[in-house]
Amino acid sequence: MRTAVALVILVLAGTGGDLAAAHAMKRVGEVKNFAPLAILRVLGRAFREGWMWVGIAQMALAFCSLLALLSWEAVSFVIPATALGYVTGALGGKYLLGERLTPRRWAGIGLVSAGVTLVCFG
Amino acid sequence: MTPSKTRFVKTSILVAVLVVSGSAGNLFFSAGMKQIGAIPDWSTATLHAVFLKVFTSLWIWLGIVSMLLFLAAFMLVLSWADFSYVLPATASMYFFIPLLGHFLLRETVTSLRWLGVGLICLGVVLVGSTPANTTKKD
Repeated sequence: MRTAVALVILVLAGTGGDLAAAHAMKRVGEVKNFAPLAILRVLGRAFREGWMWVGIAQMALAFCSLLALLSWEAVSFVIPATALGYVTGALGGKYLLGERLTPRRWAGIGLVSAGVTLVCFG
Repeated sequence: MTPSKTRFVKTSILVAVLVVSGSAGNLFFSAGMKQIGAIPDWSTATLHAVFLKVFTSLWIWLGIVSMLLFLAAFMLVLSWADFSYVLPATASMYFFIPLLGHFLLRETVTSLRWLGVGLICLGVVLVGSTPANTTKKD
């Protein structure tokens, strides 16, 4: 039971954190200058976005769940189980961030999820 | 270089950084937590002891540094690329780990695992052939 709860928290908080960070970075704007100082300025602007902190809080929760899961279960179980995140991430990208998911991208995401599961159980 | 070509090149470089730092980070965290052992219960005393062990572990700190690099690259690439593009592209790390295990560490890689690697490659190629950004035009 504790494994199932931690896994649900890991997948949902992990995806939610990534989506919030993605939203914050879209608000910051496309990075075009990769000089170290320019990158630091961009990261500084990103950390002044509220959505970035919403994302970091969820990532921290997902990180705690990951550490707990890794202490209870084999990594060969934990990592393939997190492949669910590819599907929840795609759904979040489509419905929360307005991304256009073509059938080709859906097929790719499905193959990656199946492949990660086979690699870790194989 | 056209804007879309520039975007393709910088996306590829940052995805490579994501794959290397993400693989290293997961490996370090796994080594650290195996060294610390299972969390036996959720009492305050136990959590305090685990917290101290976690944050005094060299493996965990190496994992944290790798993951900070991963986070910075992730934030930069998401400033222009779709999340639904970046996420499956980072799955390339599952392609490199069995290959390195097979050729460097002489590990046995089962045919099921090779099949999984093949599916991941095909999936990453399919996702990579879609536009990195579908929410705005060049």
